[in-house]
Amino acid sequence: MTLSLFIIYKAVLVILVFLISLVIAMYSTYAERKVAAFMQDRIGPNRAGPFGLLQPVADGVKMFMKEEIIPQVSNKFLFILGPSVAMFTSCITGAVIPWGTSLHIAGHDFALQVTDINIGILYVMAVTSIGVYGIMIGGWASNNKYSLLGALRASSQMISYEVAMGLAIIALVMTTGTLSLKGIAAAQTGWHWNIVYQPLGFLIFIICAFAETNRTPFDLPESDSELIGGYHTEYSSMKLGFYLFAEYINMFISSAIMSTLYFGGYNMPFIGRLGLSPNTMAILGVVFLFAKIFFFIFFFMWVRWTIPRFRFDQLMNLGWKILIPLSIFNMAITGFIILVLHK
Amino acid sequence: MQSLTTRSKVASNKKMTFVEKLYLPAILGGMRITLNHFFKKKVTISYPEQTRPMAPVYRGQHVLKRDENGAERCTACGLCAVACPAEAITMTAAERKPGEEALYREEKYASVYEINMLRCIFCGLCEEACPKEAIFLTDRIIDSGYLRKSFIFGKDILVDPLDKPIDVSVRETKETREFKTHPEFAHNKLNTKSLK
Ligand code: SF4
Ligand code: SF4
Repeated sequence: MTLSLFIIYKAVLVILVFLISLVIAMYSTYAERKVAAFMQDRIGPNRAGPFGLLQPVADGVKMFMKEEIIPQVSNKFLFILGPSVAMFTSCITGAVIPWGTSLHIAGHDFALQVTDINIGILYVMAVTSIGVYGIMIGGWASNNKYSLLGALRASSQMISYEVAMGLAIIALVMTTGTLSLKGIAAAQTGWHWNIVYQPLGFLIFIICAFAETNRTPFDLPESDSELIGGYHTEYSSMKLGFYLFAEYINMFISSAIMSTLYFGGYNMPFIGRLGLSPNTMAILGVVFLFAKIFFFIFFFMWVRWTIPRFRFDQLMNLGWKILIPLSIFNMAITGFIILVLHK
Repeated sequence: MQSLTTRSKVASNKKMTFVEKLYLPAILGGMRITLNHFFKKKVTISYPEQTRPMAPVYRGQHVLKRDENGAERCTACGLCAVACPAEAITMTAAERKPGEEALYREEKYASVYEINMLRCIFCGLCEEACPKEAIFLTDRIIDSGYLRKSFIFGKDILVDPLDKPIDVSVRETKETREFKTHPEFAHNKLNTKSLK
């Protein structure tokens, strides 16, 4: 592959991933409202376009038209930096996710992954940890006690749940033997999905994922009923839009990561027996992955419209006293079983 | 203590059992409920296309009826204004000039008759009080508006249009008319006679 072809191929892939994340985040807002409505026996938005499909566009236009307010007492630079960091970090996580195997076109091999770094999981963890700075900086720069409380809650929540999440992933890495997301996805052919080997690990991971994405029941950083929106209380216009958007992108990305880590990524059982050409298989793989992702996004919403918010002390209790010991236990068990099997 | 409903539950501070402490069974139970609702029939009424059925005796915007010859029935007696608990009605009386018999049924008529729809509570007491069967509430809904002014309905809005009279037969049933001929309402007798 020549260098120019390589650059074009990567650029196309990057832009595609970026656009898909944005579109999915956009329609997640629509889906969220529809799911909420359906679970409450309502219809939901149905006026803008057929079935209300243009609602996200209308929302976006509304966000842009709103007055841009920067509080006088706030630090202007940090105030703008906050949502930018949140948006940026949530967009770059998609780079390491293997969206499919690879396409063979004209003798070239186009892997459907922007970059396969051999520490893919660590990259994801690192980037999501930076993501919390977006919230913290925004909350701090707002110079508002509600924002600050929201930011404090966000950071303490992230720190507590990242530990359990990391420990759950360590157990997973022990079974797969690789940190590369591509390697993990490729290893889960047929029924060898990691959920079968790591059910407890998955449970811990998904709970932590809820906490990391600030979704109900762990949406304490925003909790509109106590903190009037938390860290984004002072934000308006598109800067608020960025925060909300970043949250939906995060939801999409964590759904993608959950599907890749525990639910076989682009693999689907029995599909190998159909004897399809590799290219068809690759495209089908992308479809399967997105089906799984959409299920998880629905799951996120389903939980949100079912469970009330945790109290903050309950949240900390759950994180430190239950999830962390549980994940250490999970790690020990995994290690023990591996030791027995390889004797 | 006797409970007020059959659904009340006694709250207790008992320690949670291990299964309850796991939260997961309760969460799954809750999620089952919400998923059930996901597929339930929706209760939303898509308003402009669909409307709720209205009660036949719905009390909406008032109408000042004319008699069978097209003359206004109201005689500006003020009984409706007195009956009105919200004090929404005001009027100015005037004397009928010769030659205006086709316009006003009685010798005294209301030259100005205003109902403040922001004050009105649509109780229908004005209708009940009226000795001339002049005012009725109808099933028309008051439109929303931007100015308070626009909610003070004068005779231009209230009086029955000549070309297409508003049907109040539901509220003016035979029973109603019979009821109004009750000895207690003897003072009405004279007036109700002129009604069909
Ligand atoms: S309906 Fe009731 S409140 Fe309204 S004008 Fe008549 S008497 Fe007054
Ligand atoms: S009670 Fe009847 S007749 Fe008397 S002022 Fe009111 S509407 Fe007119």
